[in-house]
Amino acid sequence: MWSGTPLFPEVASTIAPRVDALYFFLVALTLFFSLGIAAMIVIFAVRFHRKKDDAIGTPVHGALALELGWTFVPLVIALAIFAWGASIFFAMASPPAETLNVYAVGKQWMWKFQHLDGRREINQLHVPVNRAVKVIMASEDVIHDLYVPAFRVKADVIPGRYTTIWFNATKPGRYKLFCAEYCGTKHSGMIGEVLVLDPNDYQAWLNDGAPQGSLAEGGAKQFTNLACYTCHKSSGRGRGPQLDGVFGKTVKLANGETVTVDEAYLRESILNPSAKVVEGYQPVMPTFQGLVSEEQLLELIEYVKSLPAQPQVENKQ
Amino acid sequence: MSTPNSDTPLNYLNNGHSFRSWLLTRDHKRIAVLYLASVTLFFLLGGILAGLIRMELITPAGDFVNDETYNKLFTMHGVIMVFFFLIPAIPSVLGNFLIPIMIGAKDLAFPKLNLLSWYLYMIGGIFTLYSMVAGGLDTGWTFYTPFSTVASTSNVMSAAIGIFITGFSGILTGLNFIVTIHRMRAPGLTWFRLPLFIWSSYATSLINILGTPVVAVTILLVGVERAFKFGFFNPDLGGDPVLFQHLFWFYSHPAVYIMVLPAMGIISELVAAGCRKPVFGYSFVAFSSLSIAIVGFLVWGHHMFVAGESVYLALIFSFLSFIVAVPSAVKVFNWTATMFKGAVSWETPMLYAYGFIGLFTVGGLTGLFLSAMGLDVHVTDTYFVVAHFHYVMVGGTIMAYIGGIHYWWPKMTGKLYNEGLSKLSAGLIFVGFNLTFFPQFILGYMGMPRRYHVYPPEWQFLNVLSSAGASILAAGYILPVIYLLWSLRFGKQASANPWGSVGLEWMTSSPPPTENFLVPPTVTWEAYDYTHKVENDVV
Repeated sequence: MWSGTPLFPEVASTIAPRVDALYFFLVALTLFFSLGIAAMIVIFAVRFHRKKDDAIGTPVHGALALELGWTFVPLVIALAIFAWGASIFFAMASPPAETLNVYAVGKQWMWKFQHLDGRREINQLHVPVNRAVKVIMASEDVIHDLYVPAFRVKADVIPGRYTTIWFNATKPGRYKLFCAEYCGTKHSGMIGEVLVLDPNDYQAWLNDGAPQGSLAEGGAKQFTNLACYTCHKSSGRGRGPQLDGVFGKTVKLANGETVTVDEAYLRESILNPSAKVVEGYQPVMPTFQGLVSEEQLLELIEYVKSLPAQPQVENKQ
Repeated sequence: MSTPNSDTPLNYLNNGHSFRSWLLTRDHKRIAVLYLASVTLFFLLGGILAGLIRMELITPAGDFVNDETYNKLFTMHGVIMVFFFLIPAIPSVLGNFLIPIMIGAKDLAFPKLNLLSWYLYMIGGIFTLYSMVAGGLDTGWTFYTPFSTVASTSNVMSAAIGIFITGFSGILTGLNFIVTIHRMRAPGLTWFRLPLFIWSSYATSLINILGTPVVAVTILLVGVERAFKFGFFNPDLGGDPVLFQHLFWFYSHPAVYIMVLPAMGIISELVAAGCRKPVFGYSFVAFSSLSIAIVGFLVWGHHMFVAGESVYLALIFSFLSFIVAVPSAVKVFNWTATMFKGAVSWETPMLYAYGFIGLFTVGGLTGLFLSAMGLDVHVTDTYFVVAHFHYVMVGGTIMAYIGGIHYWWPKMTGKLYNEGLSKLSAGLIFVGFNLTFFPQFILGYMGMPRRYHVYPPEWQFLNVLSSAGASILAAGYILPVIYLLWSLRFGKQASANPWGSVGLEWMTSSPPPTENFLVPPTVTWEAYDYTHKVENDVV
């Protein structure tokens, strides 16, 4: 049993060595202080062991220099670790500008992944090696959490919003993927694997099999089926804002605030249209809550993202 | 209990033997005994549940219980241990018994309220146990929404009502302690002459009365959303599931300090008595309790670094979490320094104090791993967290509680227990504890998520180690139950001061009379003043 027992996770992403470095530092610090304290306790317990029943200790009430020393030294060490941990966290929270995007939907008790070309996978995620991959995640029911220990990344998947993780896998291989937020009866069965492929294998995988059409194409169908086009006209003269090229722009709202059009804003505008109405429009759009699934929402968003900006139309901001 | 006869002076134990004299008592010492019996039962129940969890995890497959049962086991283990043992144990048992005696008072400020607290605790406990026998609860002790309000089909309502009611028990006890410590100290007993257990109980009570109402309201909101479909947390009804986590941790992180601050107070008492000298840096130890209580209210967001919290908010919570680590470190250094030039004892209570300091140091330092944001992302929601909080809660709070019971047992019962067996059990607990929880740090860093019924086979060896440790730990916990009960009947009579300690509780008989002191004391000495005691003995 022991021979097959690993004691350390695989190191398979660009961020993993940075996390491990801080971990090793903290392990050393923990050993230093806990063994140091243990040694002091043993030494004092032996050296000052009570020999007579009525012995009393020498009253030493304290020493200000010592108190200040063992307040400020731990404080400085703590703040250094704080800064170190924060710098790694900021790197985890800031994906590079160019990422390969994948969508994930968590539901009790499975992971569904959708690639931009329309390919769908369940409990498996194929990604290329040495490329930044961003996973945009939604939940259909309760809170889940996508966790790949070999990459040292994890984020909750929360119903009602999008969350993201990104990673850059450095070694081809198969890596375990877990749900890390307790989500009910088969929580421990909500697992899968990430398959990191070298570029040729990844291309071969992409070419293999016939996807149903890209996500954006699926979204275009939804856009037609749900009759979104009747108001969101590309002429810009509809009852709703024109959507071409709107993704990533900052738009002004009726209440005077501004909002950047991202996945979360598009999602909210479909499910709760009156929350943030664009300036110059009336809150006439009905909600599509319950009419579109999380997966269909992702297709719609991908469709909006795919619409090119139309230079002749004046920007609404 | 011994029968009163002409040889036995009247004390709180033999002053009335009817059920009524116990169940309607207003004596803080009898209420402490009621709590001792009830928290011990809850502890044993929570321990049995833990044992079943460890049985399941011996093999990677889900073969001992099914997934539904497994989820109910860890949920009930957490609910019982947190709300019905760790939070109430030290304040309700040792705090209740000791606070009035340590400050030279006849009782707490509100004796009837104190009795009401016990009844609320028991009623809350009955509701919670009902949800357990009536099919169980599977939300995890954290009750995360929307799972608890929408998806779970288990008995959320009765458990929520039970926790809500029990919360008031803690609030009332906290209120009682604060008023008592302010108003009822003996003449001459100034704030800076108080035993450090009083300081830490005071800090704990502050958290209890400020924090507990928040969790009570939060649990109520869960109940209302579940029953009436009000949209507080469910996004389909316009709620925000993460709001629940903010409200829950606003209480439940300070609740960690409710559990560990009184334990620190006990350790200060055990170390001072075990070394027969004042605690090194008294005022630093006293004020570190208060600063932990205050800053502890501002760190709750460190439970939510991966829960979609903004990075800047996370930054502030991480910063404050590192700040709150410092006063805990200060305490550890001061306890260790107290041993220098002490008359250091190797008796059972001091063995628990050694164990506490060692295990709490590991628990505290591994907290730094979790406060460091970039590292927390990897280890949060894994067995690393499980190991960390068990080092703090079991290695810290329970070690201190059992050490305190061993130290004050002769005072509470008037009986001495078997010293050899008690040292054996302290050793078993220390070894069993480390074997149970140390492997979980390694499992956690490898990525084993918590609350997993089934796990990949390559993690079996470490899980087997952990389960083996749990069986040793169980023996270590059962042993004291046996020899302490044994001592009630067969133990030698304890003198008023069997340890040769200073402190008002050692200046009255064992067990104390109903109103604690035959002559109300006046205090003219500093805390832990052993030189004064020698002079007194000479006089």
